Amino acid sequence: MLGGGLLAFLIIPVVALFVTGSPADWLAGLRHPITAPALLLSLVTTAISLGVLVAFGTPLAWWLGRSEARGARFVETVVQLPIVVPPAVAGLALLLAFGRRGLLGPLLEDTGIDIAFSTIAVVLAQVFVAAPFYIQAATAAFAGIDENLLVVARTLGARPATVLFRIALPLARRGLIAGAALAWARALGEFGATLMFAGNLSGRTQTLPLAVYTALESDVRAAQALAVILVVIALAIIIFLRPRRGRHAR
Amino acid sequence: MKKLLIAALVIFGFAATTRAEEPREITVFAAASLREAFEDLAKTFEAKSGVKVRVNLAGSQELRTQIENGARADVFASADQKHMAALVKAKLVESPRVFVRNTPVVIVPKGNPAKVRSFEELTKAKKLVIGVPEVPIGAYTLEILEKAGADFKKKALANVVSRELNVRQVLAKVSLGEADAGIVYRTDASAAKDKVEIIEIPAKLNVIAEYPVAVLSKAPQPAAARAFVDLLLSADGQKRLAAAGFVAP
Repeated sequence: MLGGGLLAFLIIPVVALFVTGSPADWLAGLRHPITAPALLLSLVTTAISLGVLVAFGTPLAWWLGRSEARGARFVETVVQLPIVVPPAVAGLALLLAFGRRGLLGPLLEDTGIDIAFSTIAVVLAQVFVAAPFYIQAATAAFAGIDENLLVVARTLGARPATVLFRIALPLARRGLIAGAALAWARALGEFGATLMFAGNLSGRTQTLPLAVYTALESDVRAAQALAVILVVIALAIIIFLRPRRGRHAR
Repeated sequence: MKKLLIAALVIFGFAATTRAEEPREITVFAAASLREAFEDLAKTFEAKSGVKVRVNLAGSQELRTQIENGARADVFASADQKHMAALVKAKLVESPRVFVRNTPVVIVPKGNPAKVRSFEELTKAKKLVIGVPEVPIGAYTLEILEKAGADFKKKALANVVSRELNVRQVLAKVSLGEADAGIVYRTDASAAKDKVEIIEIPAKLNVIAEYPVAVLSKAPQPAAARAFVDLLLSADGQKRLAAAGFVAP
């Protein structure tokens, strides 16, 4: 009974997004000049963020999942920080770290890299907030692999790379994909850190959530249409990439 | 589970009782640029009347959207006539009155890294931050750039790295030194004078921002709301607004 109440509370707002607008409103919203650049930017930046996360996060998760070292537990905790830090705080922290007058500002200036208010800043904000979701899931997936399988493979003469690519990754696949899906959805929804660190400029840093916020103040229909797009993409991500129960279930 | 429920009921119960015993208060929706002035005026009003003032600061367009969507407020103070006029048309506010004026200025971070010496050199700022067209300061900025000529406007807009949703966000990005220049109101610049330098916009290009204030038609505390508006228009209120850099209407 109580659970049903919560379920209804979670579902009703999403339903409201869809049923309070007409198809004509969607079309008007889709044609709004703010929509196309935001959609494109969101897709491109989240794809890059996800690529970065998988490339750098997988080795980190492998170490975290397989290492017995005390340091690994500590690192695991540190990695979770972005989940509990409010996005606006993350944005400020990123600005104070990578901004022009930030901690690494002078260093970056020497190398000619200007991050704040650029598309790079959007990606950094997304990677920052989404990383824990991927790393956590991947760590759990790697930790769940039966050590014996890896040992046997090595004793049979498989090289470390072969063990990783032919045995470990396929075994951890479901966990990795689930983590990537969550991280992707989180990156797509990133708002606070982006607004603070990357600013709000159509075509360069204005992602879908920022466009929703901006459009709300001029054209609610456009904001709602953008919101619907966001929800549909996020739903698609979690539906198609959710770990399937069944064959490989442990 | 049961314990949790009881705990929740107790907490809600407490919340309900404290709410009923709370002294009367009014909610004032004010344009972001009014921050310091209204914080001061809220204290003055509280001391005079015993009515608490809750100030909600944001871009005027954001406050307007909130009011249009049923936000409970007693007073609305906008940084331009456009958003107030829309609420008048929707019969959500009553008889607005202009209570102050303000003028936009260019600001640069202390030290002026991009070496913008005058308004004409604004295009030297490679990172320019302005307001979105919906927020009053953003609309005024476009008006000023328009007057400065199509070519100048094009060059300046090409250097815009972010369009912020309220003027204080523009100020923040320049104060932090992340932007080379921004356009805000004179009052914002003086609120952060240890962090930014002011560059005047020539009078023939500049605009004058008029701030109207009105009591909401559905104000929960209409009498106190009118008293607050009266304070804004009184000699004392005008003196305090002038101290923050605002100009009498």
